[in-house]
Amino acid sequence: MIIENNAVFFNDLLIFRDEPSVEFTDFIKKAYKFLKIEYPKFFKMDNLSKLAFTGADIILRDITRDKEENNVALVLANRSSSADTDIKYQKSIENKSDYYPSPAVFVYTLPNICLGEISIKHKLYSENTFFIFDRYNEDYMANYSAYLIQSGKAEKVLCGWVEFLKGNYRLAFYLYI
Amino acid sequence: MELLKEELKNKIIEVLNLEEVVPGDIADDAPLFGEGLGLDSIDALELIVLLDKDYGIKVTDPKDGKVIFKSINALASFVAENKTK
Repeated sequence: MIIENNAVFFNDLLIFRDEPSVEFTDFIKKAYKFLKIEYPKFFKMDNLSKLAFTGADIILRDITRDKEENNVALVLANRSSSADTDIKYQKSIENKSDYYPSPAVFVYTLPNICLGEISIKHKLYSENTFFIFDRYNEDYMANYSAYLIQSGKAEKVLCGWVEFLKGNYRLAFYLYI
Repeated sequence: MELLKEELKNKIIEVLNLEEVVPGDIADDAPLFGEGLGLDSIDALELIVLLDKDYGIKVTDPKDGKVIFKSINALASFVAENKTK
């Protein structure tokens, strides 16, 4: 599952595309509506969480639907952590004469918040981890996912890369069974 | 007062990113939290920031929010009585 350049691919098939000139916020809103995600809290999320949530929903919606609890571990990574939202929040507090820090922005100043958003929607009561790497470390992520399954800590593992910084983004998710 | 209620509805929708809500969806006497708009504790904090930023009202005890944010009617009355800008 890949989301990049305003296009969504699932199992190598293009399922949604928007014009490359469209900004991420508009693209992801159109993708949300096209995919019929129907989750109002989506619009409160920061860009990293919107991206991760959309990618996860495409993979998990048929797996977790109608179940009260799901044992799908989440193992994600990126390069820029939550820097995109950190910068936005820092700007809101840098001017002492206009000092109105936003609680709604502050809660997204950690990269693993997106794991919580996915877990709430899909009722995941399982392991989750968010790594910060310079680049996607495929061997490490695959080995970690395999360990979670082989040790019985998870039935499945949603694993992958979700990066967002200053409008540049890429998501690549895999499901290990 | 009606203009203030409409203004508050628009501001709430904007600052809380209630993408699929329009002012007409918010009844003046409906609860804003819980069964109403389904707002949560972070939304309450965001509304406290809104009161400070746009109306010069400082709510120092978040527990006061239960009364202030009970409904649009309650919020409009509170803002009308306490605003400093």
